[in-house]
Amino acid sequence: MNLNQKRRVFLKGSVAAGTLGAAVGLLTPGAVLAAWNKNAFTAKGIDEAIAGAAGSPTTVPSTDITIKAPDIAENGAVVPVSVSTKMDGVNSITLLVEKNATPLSAIFHLPKGTLPDVSTRVKMGKTGDVIAVVKANGKLYSARKSVKVTIGGCGG
Amino acid sequence: MAKSIKIRAKSKGGITTVKALITHPMETGLRKNKKTGEMIPAHFIQEVVCKHNGKEVINCEWGGSVSKNPYLAFKFNGGKKDDSIELSWKDNKGEGDSITAKIR
Repeated sequence: MNLNQKRRVFLKGSVAAGTLGAAVGLLTPGAVLAAWNKNAFTAKGIDEAIAGAAGSPTTVPSTDITIKAPDIAENGAVVPVSVSTKMDGVNSITLLVEKNATPLSAIFHLPKGTLPDVSTRVKMGKTGDVIAVVKANGKLYSARKSVKVTIGGCGG
Repeated sequence: MAKSIKIRAKSKGGITTVKALITHPMETGLRKNKKTGEMIPAHFIQEVVCKHNGKEVINCEWGGSVSKNPYLAFKFNGGKKDDSIELSWKDNKGEGDSITAKIR
């Protein structure tokens, strides 16, 4: 092995070490954000995602939950969604997009005094239901609203 | 760098409405760069917390499917003019930002 080759080996080694360092650097903030529910957010199934986010996959359909979202979304990358309910004692509102690769979109934890009325905007890969799961007094209720997407918002 | 957040809080009839816009790419990590064919790494906000006079009024956990430049609106009981509202976010890279504003 001549000098030049040795240098190459050395360079390769340092590049590998560099990547490792970067990987470690990337992992650390993840550990800091331990509160973030990784399992639920990476779940591919609806039930799994709901279970991860709210504690159980079983929800009771309720007409007391109002989901405001367009019937037809021209741009799936920006679909405005509002969820509100008349229920008392709401602890959290979870928002899921049925047809996305990872359905769980957002969890809103609402302390006492905060009204069960939240709005945000989500991405939708294709036509499907937006699902809201409301946790009130320890019980889970859900509602769905179908949104037709003409242009997908996930990579399309 | 409190430039990534725009916030407006308004109190009316004992209920405060908070509306916020955050500038963020919100990459899911599932998208491909069309030119190079490489995956675009995930970069999205995971946590948003809003406090009214130091007391938490909402705590959000977000995934990559929240839209780019996310919008958040919610309401809480109480809050009056000139009370302080603080909103902060953290993303999956450990970056974050916060802003303090007054209720109008």
